Amino acid sequence: MVKVCFYFQAHQPYRIREYSIFDIGKNSAYFHEQKNREILKKVANKCYLPMNAVLSELLRKHPEFKVSFSFSGVLLEQLEKEAPEALKSFQDLVKTGRVEILGETYYHSLSFLYSKDEFVRQVRLHAEKVKKIFGVNPKVFRNTELIYNNELAKWVEDLGYSAILAEGADHVLQWRSPNFVYKPQGAQKMRLLLKNYKLSDDIAFRFSNRGWEQWPLTAEKFAQWVGAFNGSGEVINLFMDYETFGEHQWPDTGIFDFMRRLPGEILKHPDNSFVTPAEAAKLQPVAELDIPYLVSWADIERDVSAWTGNEMQRAALAKIYEIEKAVQESGDAQLLEDWRKLQTSDHFYYMCTKWFADGDVHKYFNPYESPYDGYLAYMNILNDVRLRLEAKHG
Amino acid sequence: MFGWEFPPMSSGGLGTACYGLTKGLSSLGVQVAFVMPHGPEDAYAQYVHLIPASKALRTVRLSSGLRPYLSVSRPFYRTRGQARLAVLYGDDLFHEVQRLAELARGIAQEEQFDVIHCHDWMTFPAGMAAKEASGKPLIVHVHATEFDRTGGNNVNQAVYDIERQGMHAADLVIAVSQFTKDKLVAHYGVSPDKIAVVHNAIDPEFIDYGEKKGKMVLFLGRITLQKGPDYFLEAARRCLEVDPDIRFVIAGSGDMEGRLIERAAALGIGDKVLFPGFVTGPDLDRLYQMADLYVMPSVSEPFGITPLEALKNKTPVIVSRTSGVSEVLRHCLKVDFWDTEKLASKILSVLRYREAHHLLKEHGYQEVQGFSWQNPAKKCVEVYKRACHG
Repeated sequence: MVKVCFYFQAHQPYRIREYSIFDIGKNSAYFHEQKNREILKKVANKCYLPMNAVLSELLRKHPEFKVSFSFSGVLLEQLEKEAPEALKSFQDLVKTGRVEILGETYYHSLSFLYSKDEFVRQVRLHAEKVKKIFGVNPKVFRNTELIYNNELAKWVEDLGYSAILAEGADHVLQWRSPNFVYKPQGAQKMRLLLKNYKLSDDIAFRFSNRGWEQWPLTAEKFAQWVGAFNGSGEVINLFMDYETFGEHQWPDTGIFDFMRRLPGEILKHPDNSFVTPAEAAKLQPVAELDIPYLVSWADIERDVSAWTGNEMQRAALAKIYEIEKAVQESGDAQLLEDWRKLQTSDHFYYMCTKWFADGDVHKYFNPYESPYDGYLAYMNILNDVRLRLEAKHG
Repeated sequence: MFGWEFPPMSSGGLGTACYGLTKGLSSLGVQVAFVMPHGPEDAYAQYVHLIPASKALRTVRLSSGLRPYLSVSRPFYRTRGQARLAVLYGDDLFHEVQRLAELARGIAQEEQFDVIHCHDWMTFPAGMAAKEASGKPLIVHVHATEFDRTGGNNVNQAVYDIERQGMHAADLVIAVSQFTKDKLVAHYGVSPDKIAVVHNAIDPEFIDYGEKKGKMVLFLGRITLQKGPDYFLEAARRCLEVDPDIRFVIAGSGDMEGRLIERAAALGIGDKVLFPGFVTGPDLDRLYQMADLYVMPSVSEPFGITPLEALKNKTPVIVSRTSGVSEVLRHCLKVDFWDTEKLASKILSVLRYREAHHLLKEHGYQEVQGFSWQNPAKKCVEVYKRACHG
């Protein structure tokens, strides 16, 4: 019996504009409204709408088919404002009862690493937003960029979630398989679902790579790979960015047709089925997994170095969380919102110099010419935030 | 190889590039005979067989006005370095160019060689003559065009004609950047298939002079329209409004020097913008090392070696987008030369947020280690092979 568990991440940040040092104290419009609107509309048209149509068709055709989504709160806000028709199509999917919504931090932030208080607040804000828009309560949690450790599992369990997602990184699993349910170390009822990164990345990254020996990837071939785990695995977690469909993999790669055919092919094997993360969490855990250090789904390192790896990133993160108390006490709702939007992980990702020389995925939707420009603009903004705080606190 | 400059008889980029390239070629086992009009006794000729043609050329009148590039006017100040340049680019430049061409015919008949490689328009007639005399393939290497030197205004027709003629007579053309290649296609009607892009390089060896960095922002280059020193001064003015403790240094000489000095004085920042004149040799590295930030705001820079030299000396850089070097250098900040407001903001931001300064410096320093002259030399050898064997 192999159960396939799809989880798609949908998120778009409020990118900041090229904020000049001369703007400090004069202009507190930090975000690039026009660019953010354009990108959101582009993604809605190229990915959300066409892929939602594919999923809707599949849910009608296969009563066994199920998927799950996690939406950042900042994406949901932007969808409400800029692409209501795309939001409606997501709501329609959820209404089928076979599309689960996961919990995360509202601002797609790294708050768990820097402020547990802020983390808890953002998880609650997010749950409220999901309830308001989709009428459901998230039961399973995924942290920003699948950043995970034992401690997070405990916090999330205390917040009432039944399971949490993480990357099935080799250095975490060693000889173990990602295709079973685990129990996080120190947790009670909590379950841990691990991404099968090989099969997930076959779709998300390698699908259109003509240099890959398995290219072209067909639904038949992929279903065979999945079916091969019968007897040696219980749940295959296929976790990926939703923008894979139509954005990272363009329509002309055949990605939509592939997905249109995949569930049918998987269901051809009578032992195969689909589950949502909450359903997968009901499976018996095979072992307790001890992950004391941070893992994520980013880059080959699968750690947090994509956001905290260089001194610019660390300085920017230190500065934004340093002012938490002052911002909370200011009683200024706009300031609080701006401060939170500045916590979105993408801002720090854009400052990453790790792979900059090669030019690569970090460039995707990156509004800056270089990581340095991203950092300079961010720090200029923080100076303005400080001035606003000083004005409040006198 | 025909050239016009060779260190130390050099006004900047061209001589440095010829020296680096011949050194790189020599390390690959390519023998280079370098022909130049004024062979100084002290030229750095350990890598090449230098053939000075000057003995046969008539003496250049030193008293004539300096015209490093034909379209610029008489300089306001004259430094020792400039007087030296007058030897290279005298009043009768066209006459010398023609004389070199006549001599080239004889040299081409005497010397044994496989290809003719010449650098910039002054040597193109010589290259064409050598090709005619020997039947060997001609490669013209474009380090700068008349459009770069003049900013597109008052293009000297005679220079343009020689450039165009040389490019069309050549079997293959080398451009120092894609930026330059595009210009050759657009303004000179050269077929893109015929042009190879070979980016310049540096000698990445770092000599620590123990200079202490101050809050100093450096411009270094000819003080002419092409290099954008006026945009640098305007950005300096804007920066000083916010932070009066910064010092700006405009090093070099050129026809705009006097005007800029006057302008700085008129703006009331004469004490904060310093003009040390033409700097060469070890002083150049010292100056780079003293600077906290190097800015190359060129209006049109075919390549631009100076940012690489600054980084080699562990000084971070801001470069103009209209430059060849911005195509290949990643760890730097890039600006539109005309956007002095943004340039000023970036200067102030880099000086203020030291984490960015530190990473730009460290990563930039590492990056320029890959810019050795071996790479362009290898590409030139490929071009030679293509020219010889089709």
